[in-house]
Amino acid sequence: MEASDLAVVARVKAGDHDAFRHLVERHSRSVFRLAYRLTGQEQDAEDVVQETFLRAFREIRRFEARSSFATWLYRITVNCSHDLLRQRPRAGSRPSLDDPALRAAAEMADPSASADPLRELASRRIDERVRAAMHGLSDQERSAFVMRHFEGLSIEEIGRVLDLKTSAAKHSVFRAVQKLRRALEPVAELSR
Amino acid sequence: MTHLSDDELVLLFYREGGGLQQAEAHAASCPGCRGRFESLTMALREVESEPIPERDESYGAEVWARLQPRLESERRRLPWWRLLAAALTWPRLAMGGAVAALLVAAFVAGRSSVIPMPPSGPQQAAAPSDAARERVLLAAVGSHLDRSRVVLTEIAHRNGGGPADISIEQATASDLVAGNRLYRQAAVRNGDAAVAAVLEDLERVLVEIASSPSPASHDDLARWREQIDAKGLLFKVTVLGSRVRERQQDAATPHPAAKTST
Repeated sequence: MEASDLAVVARVKAGDHDAFRHLVERHSRSVFRLAYRLTGQEQDAEDVVQETFLRAFREIRRFEARSSFATWLYRITVNCSHDLLRQRPRAGSRPSLDDPALRAAAEMADPSASADPLRELASRRIDERVRAAMHGLSDQERSAFVMRHFEGLSIEEIGRVLDLKTSAAKHSVFRAVQKLRRALEPVAELSR
Repeated sequence: MTHLSDDELVLLFYREGGGLQQAEAHAASCPGCRGRFESLTMALREVESEPIPERDESYGAEVWARLQPRLESERRRLPWWRLLAAALTWPRLAMGGAVAALLVAAFVAGRSSVIPMPPSGPQQAAAPSDAARERVLLAAVGSHLDRSRVVLTEIAHRNGGGPADISIEQATASDLVAGNRLYRQAAVRNGDAAVAAVLEDLERVLVEIASSPSPASHDDLARWREQIDAKGLLFKVTVLGSRVRERQQDAATPHPAAKTST
């Protein structure tokens, strides 16, 4: 049976640094997923994964098991992602939510035309619209939304990760959803 | 009937918060709210359409392979008492017993920047490198442990029946007390109880030796020997000293720069 995260953390704290490998192997994929959702770039997500585990190793003595190790790791991932995004502002090329070409592309998104290159193009454009909508969120809103929507964390857990009161975490999720809804409802309507 | 607010619809979508059953019942019976809920659901499902690059089961091992050299570099830079604490703790898991644990004791290494060091003359124009500070620290800690070992050895081997002249050991112990206190306080501040305990045991013996009258009485010598034996203090200090020397040699060997980005 695999040792629990807390048992492995105890070993690392006690100086068995190689035990950290178990934590890395166990959580890398979820850290990558979260980092990718937050940064939107594969290479950025890889950098965040490395930086997250490096910081976790440095700070592991401070981990006091008041939350799960995964929640603690999410917190580091979010911080690393925000740091990276602040250091590397994207230059210009975000798709505009009001781009008529995107709307036209969305209109071509016919689920029955699976092999249609136009549909492929439309699908890509919808992805771009989704990405633009996600980038339209603040760092806090995006983090709260990603953890709620994709990672299934409760609003209370999100508050712990983002160091927010539960009410503030809840409002971050609400604001994120409302922004995404406004941006994506036209696409969703066309996909019906 | 009160319709569901946008926020209540969000909570219903994520099935979170109080009043879930009432909200669900209302959405089921109210076409307007049901329509808004479906619209919200459609919009949020669109978010999921963006693909995520796949990472298979071997990804964790790949991450570890890239990370390990950086962690090794981090380990070398950990404050010395953290490594000491680790060394004092983990072998117990495998070997049992406090004395057996110390057979593998002390990876003493790291930077001195967090250790209170006495001022050493005029302010330097440029800070020494981490490697230089590490060498200075290791030399200081190594010397401290070596001199402590000599004092403890001399005291432990005084088996004569009468009073003994310990003036040399007293002078050395007096010198060592202040430095030992600094190291112990640093360990306490860092929350490393195991290291603090060892240094506290050492300090207690050093203070007693330094402050006792010389020649020391038979009873004093017997009491110190008992303290040294009971805590395995001489053994600990000897092993730690040898590990510090190993670390000194290691620190003198240049290491390749750690990779800082991927």
